[in-house]
Amino acid sequence: MTITQVPLVDYLVLGDKPHLTANECTKCGARYFDRRNACASCFATDFKKVTIVNDGIVRSFTIVTFAAPGVPVPFVAAIIDCGGTSVRGNLANVDPTPEKVTLGMKVKLTTYSLGADDNGLEAIGFGYEPA
Amino acid sequence: MATDDIYILGIYMTKFGKYPDKDTVDLASEAVIAALADAQVTMKDIGVMAAGCLMGQGGIGQMIQKQIGQTGIPVYNVSNACATGATALRTAIMAIKAGECDMGLAVGVEKLAGVGLLGGGGAPKSKNKEWTPSGRFGSVTNVDGLIGTAAMPGTFAQVGMEYGHKYGGATFELFAKISEKNHAHSTLNPLAAYSKRMSLDEIMNDIMISYPNTRPMCSANCDGAAAAVVVSGAKLKTLSLEQQRRAIKVSASILTSDPYQEACQVLPDVNTLTRIAAKQAYEQAGVSPSDLNLVELHDCFATAELVHYDNLMLCEEGGAVDFFNSGATWRDGSMPVNVSGGLESKGHPIAATGIANIWEVCHHLRGEAGPRQIEGAKVGLAHVIGLGSACGIHILEKSAL
Repeated sequence: MTITQVPLVDYLVLGDKPHLTANECTKCGARYFDRRNACASCFATDFKKVTIVNDGIVRSFTIVTFAAPGVPVPFVAAIIDCGGTSVRGNLANVDPTPEKVTLGMKVKLTTYSLGADDNGLEAIGFGYEPA
Repeated sequence: MATDDIYILGIYMTKFGKYPDKDTVDLASEAVIAALADAQVTMKDIGVMAAGCLMGQGGIGQMIQKQIGQTGIPVYNVSNACATGATALRTAIMAIKAGECDMGLAVGVEKLAGVGLLGGGGAPKSKNKEWTPSGRFGSVTNVDGLIGTAAMPGTFAQVGMEYGHKYGGATFELFAKISEKNHAHSTLNPLAAYSKRMSLDEIMNDIMISYPNTRPMCSANCDGAAAAVVVSGAKLKTLSLEQQRRAIKVSASILTSDPYQEACQVLPDVNTLTRIAAKQAYEQAGVSPSDLNLVELHDCFATAELVHYDNLMLCEEGGAVDFFNSGATWRDGSMPVNVSGGLESKGHPIAATGIANIWEVCHHLRGEAGPRQIEGAKVGLAHVIGLGSACGIHILEKSAL
């Protein structure tokens, strides 16, 4: 079967139930979304893949209305607490206003298309929408 | 004065602002020459030099030496984000503490006027539109704006909002009031890049950059330099009474980096390393927060100032909102914070900031701050944060003479 989709980042797992994964230190349990040489918390070097829950609450956010060239505004950048693991992501399907976005609001993972590249490969991004 | 104490013998900051006709070496040279004059010494007396210019090319120290005096001393070119100036100062202090010399020079300079937004963005990964995973996250394109924000205003907005989530009360209006205070303070500072008083309405209705930070709630990009001459207590004893009288004791010089925290991979944790640095600084200096007569802290954004009231233990843990609302941090309050106008109005030429805030504190401790003098100031604290992260804290005390 030809691959037709690619995740925006490799810690986003596509398929029937899209979700995020992390590299978890097998010694202390610290979780990392990126590739690590050793654990920043306990210095161990063994990691295993773990699934991050899709539901979370907004622990912090900002509504970005002025960004670097090429970055469309406005958007809501947020820090989501997903069952004890902190995740960075944009909020989706919500008006980017302080009236609609609130600290502590419940959200869940959602995915969206970033479009296809010149070879027909479609990139899929993620965000969090009100739950 | 103990022989192993460290003192600031001379210090200077240029006016912060726009210098289209001067380069970084011009500005740094002005600061160094004036700091040496303030110390009543020459380059011949200096045994070590540390220099920083974050956005410049390497070798700024040697470039400055060629304009002020090449004496063959060791030069350390340092780079530590917004803590670069404090790092340069601490490097010179460490050399003296190590006994390598008895007098050192630190200088920080930056040209940032008109640079615009810092952090975030970046060029596309590929000219052709091709989704190819690369880097430690295996990302197929730049993720700034797609997965949160990497730009400074939004990063520090989230730092402040997180405090609000934890403790409550951190509203847009509260953050704007912090900015109102600093802009009011700046009207007394002739060296500030911006010294215009702004009303709360003006601040809240200005251009929104990254909610809740509007433009005047962000540090001002500008040009500037600051330099300091530090000396050992043993050497200071051999100098004139006038030099001894104006010398400022460095009671604590601390630099920390950010220890691992659960969320630090998604939002830089500017709190933990500041708390650790503050605790170490108070212990080293043998003073408590209530002993401080003034504080210059890193208000790179109004949202950052709030959390540092707490991190520097100027208030009870979780009590920063009430502390600010009590009026304590205004210049006539019990704990004046950023009487210089702070980075929001004085300006933030990155590598100069970590020495310029020390200049401000020294100015008051020497009783030379003119109309904005905090009367009777004896102890002050200067704090900087460089994202990534590095935290520099210096506690300074008036000469006993």
